[in-house]
Amino acid sequence: MSILIKNGRVIDPANKIDDILDILIEGNKIAQVAKNIKIAAKNVIDAQNKIIAPGIIDMHVHLREPGREDNETVATATAAAASGGVTTVLAMPNTNPAMDTAQNVELLKGIIKQSAKINVLICGTITKNRFGQELSDFGALKKSGVIALSDDGASVDNDVLMLEALEKAQSLNLLTICHAEDKVLAAKGVMNLGFNSTRLGLRGISNASEFERVARDITLAGKTKAALHIAHVSCRQSVLAIAQAKQQGWRVTCETAPHYFALSDDNLLGYDTNMKMNPPLRSKIDVAAIKQGLKDGVIDVIASDHAPHTEHEKDIEFERAQFGVIGLETELAVSITELIASGLLSWKRVIELLSLNPARVLGLDKGSLSVGKIADLIVISPEDQWRVEKNKIISKSKNCAFLGKNLVGRVDYTICDGKIVYQK
Amino acid sequence: MKEKAKILDQDAINRAIMRIAHEIIEKNKGTAALCLVGIRNRGVYIAQRLANCIEKIEGQAVVAGALDITLYRDDLALASGQPLVRKTEIDFDINNKNLILVDDVLYTGRTIRAALDALIDFGRPQSIQLAVLVDRGHRELPIRADFVGKNIPTSLKETVEVRLLESDGVDEVLIVEKD
Amino acid sequence: MAWNKKDLLGLEYLTAEEINLILDTAESFKEVSSREIKKVPALRGKTAVNLFYEPSTRTRVSFEVAAKRLSADVINIATETSSVRKGETLIDTGRNIQALKADIIIMRHNCSGAANMLARALDISVVNAGDGWHEHPTQALLDIFTLKEKLGKIEGLNITIVGDIAHSRVARSNIWGLTKLGAKVTVCAPEILLPLEIEKTGVKCASNIDEALKNADAVNVLRMQFERDLGAAFPEQLEYYKKYGITEERLAKAKKNIIVMHPGPINRGIEMSSEVADGANSVILEQVTNGIAVRMAVLFLVSQAKEIKA
Repeated sequence: MSILIKNGRVIDPANKIDDILDILIEGNKIAQVAKNIKIAAKNVIDAQNKIIAPGIIDMHVHLREPGREDNETVATATAAAASGGVTTVLAMPNTNPAMDTAQNVELLKGIIKQSAKINVLICGTITKNRFGQELSDFGALKKSGVIALSDDGASVDNDVLMLEALEKAQSLNLLTICHAEDKVLAAKGVMNLGFNSTRLGLRGISNASEFERVARDITLAGKTKAALHIAHVSCRQSVLAIAQAKQQGWRVTCETAPHYFALSDDNLLGYDTNMKMNPPLRSKIDVAAIKQGLKDGVIDVIASDHAPHTEHEKDIEFERAQFGVIGLETELAVSITELIASGLLSWKRVIELLSLNPARVLGLDKGSLSVGKIADLIVISPEDQWRVEKNKIISKSKNCAFLGKNLVGRVDYTICDGKIVYQK
Repeated sequence: MKEKAKILDQDAINRAIMRIAHEIIEKNKGTAALCLVGIRNRGVYIAQRLANCIEKIEGQAVVAGALDITLYRDDLALASGQPLVRKTEIDFDINNKNLILVDDVLYTGRTIRAALDALIDFGRPQSIQLAVLVDRGHRELPIRADFVGKNIPTSLKETVEVRLLESDGVDEVLIVEKD
Repeated sequence: MAWNKKDLLGLEYLTAEEINLILDTAESFKEVSSREIKKVPALRGKTAVNLFYEPSTRTRVSFEVAAKRLSADVINIATETSSVRKGETLIDTGRNIQALKADIIIMRHNCSGAANMLARALDISVVNAGDGWHEHPTQALLDIFTLKEKLGKIEGLNITIVGDIAHSRVARSNIWGLTKLGAKVTVCAPEILLPLEIEKTGVKCASNIDEALKNADAVNVLRMQFERDLGAAFPEQLEYYKKYGITEERLAKAKKNIIVMHPGPINRGIEMSSEVADGANSVILEQVTNGIAVRMAVLFLVSQAKEIKA
């Protein structure tokens, strides 16, 4: 099996390449990256006027399997991911059962082996059942293949326990991913606290409920020298705190999600529950700060926080609807539309945010197009316009914040492990 | 809309109203138990003018009220534009009165049908008589006027436009043709 | 000016012209209630459904009377007796009512935005009879109608709203309606009961009631709901009365003809004294009467708008 991709604009930040080149894939590896490769291949892709980039590594995805197969399965999520240009996902551990024991991880690994269309990596929990009471067995989790730890959906409220977690993770060289939310400060809120929550008569979630917890976890990370990654950063004070931690030389990285730079709390004015997520869509000032953080390097990664929910969990009263939106199929196009087409960021920077940086944060030998590496890559039509339509969504759940929006940039091919897993 | 002919001018309108006033007094043998109710909008002004004329002739004041029939229309569900609901002002008792219902133009009769329904909700007059400035024909209901200022035969393509000083700044009745 | 909205969800979504159209139409409807036979056939053959997810007697009855005076058939659904208890979603309930060929749903709901959601999901009219802390448009419309009747106009008036602004849909609807019509609105409450950035609506905030009453042409006194769990910082009843209760002593320092309003039911001795509630400045019962006319106007206009669309 060989694939030759011809005349595409290859953008490979790891190798500082941005040039019109051919790429030859043999077996599951990249065999050549050069001009005018003259080797006959079984499968030739004409990539003229298209972009070739390393596949997206989405380090924040809720697959829902095992436990909530009505929302999403490994099969449907990875098919959706492939269509969005994603070749690797990190599965968040808030499944049922949660990924808090080696046994549960083995269960998920079995499902992945059977039905995943792309690479699926597993994140274990920090605490048993994500209850924030007792640490999981990090050693056993690591042995079973977990590459990071998180109680995502919840934060470990107990400071001493979190300190202990970071110390243990550090000794095992495991990354800890922090869902930064102080539930007391969040005060049962359902949207961003501000004029719009006043207008809508809804309980608000303050920025403080996020950045105070970010500040705590950063301090603990500094103390323990542990690697800490802050998930879904949404507000300006968090960006500031993370920038300061980085200046200290601490091992702190962070991500944001496309909705935090593409949308604001103004989008909630019609009580659209597809605009309800946690953390909430913030004010325009925060959106500007997130964009600035993406530009000046404080924010390392864009991840989708793909959180599928069935219609009956979403199509109800705003206060009662579940938090979360899907994002695997739109993250690339939203990033192109909001960050590149607007002139804010370069292609190179966006590919870094979506592929190279998450690979580095997770310590993966991925995110580049170097010869000899596993062929995980995508071919993109950078100026192709499309409209997000509910009936075209591949994910099992349709709770997308961008329904009806026109986006720029579309995936033509997704190649994972040397195989074409998606073709437009 | 094209103006085809002026049917009545100010003098003619005044003469017609004065004549109707005389006829009302004659038919009802004076002004005892007499009251007037105009249908909004222009019927109200004509009713007021009739009341003034009757008072001039008989030296007796006659009460005049205003009736908005929007809520009684049988075409509410069909109305192409949105009907504006205006105020009904009948601040006198209509029971056992000889009530003169006044409108500017009598056409299909549906407005009068609605007005009769509305009046019944206000009480039980001894009689209801109908006075109109213009009768243009084309009735769709068994209704006729007791007092008519002028009969104007029209085609269905035409409309009769009554303009009064009180609402339009001029007294005239025109026939206009719809395009 | 024509009305073209199938729903009434809140005053935030209306223009000054649309608000004035409702008020003018209500003025015409007020006469109907003064007749011997208090009924007109305008909505004959139409069905209005009162769908109440929160207990409410006065608003429900007011809507019921309004609908009946327009000759509409009225069906009352209370959550205790409906399949809502069996876990049916709001939209399913709405679709079922629509399938019964009802024309208007009048809904009270404890979740903000519930009426907006239902209106989006259905083709029939939805009239918001209060949703969470969001809006209670017909209450504000009847408040404004009463003010206009008493003072002749709204523009330029100084109106003070006192009470739990943060958790009040009546306050929000009044703020939108009054500011759109050009009134100067002051909201007065303990700091904790003022919602964030409320000044952005164009109102002034005051914490001292005597200051807030000083130039007021009218004061709208909100019902305090002490039974609600609002945390420890919520003031005590007696303390609230001392600091914010409307008493004759307080009114003596205000404009002589200041109008006192209350959406009801009144907590005497908490929001205002009995003397004030029953006194010469109070228009509380007139508000109730005007509520019928305003709701008749709203039901008439939304049902007509739907016909135009169809």
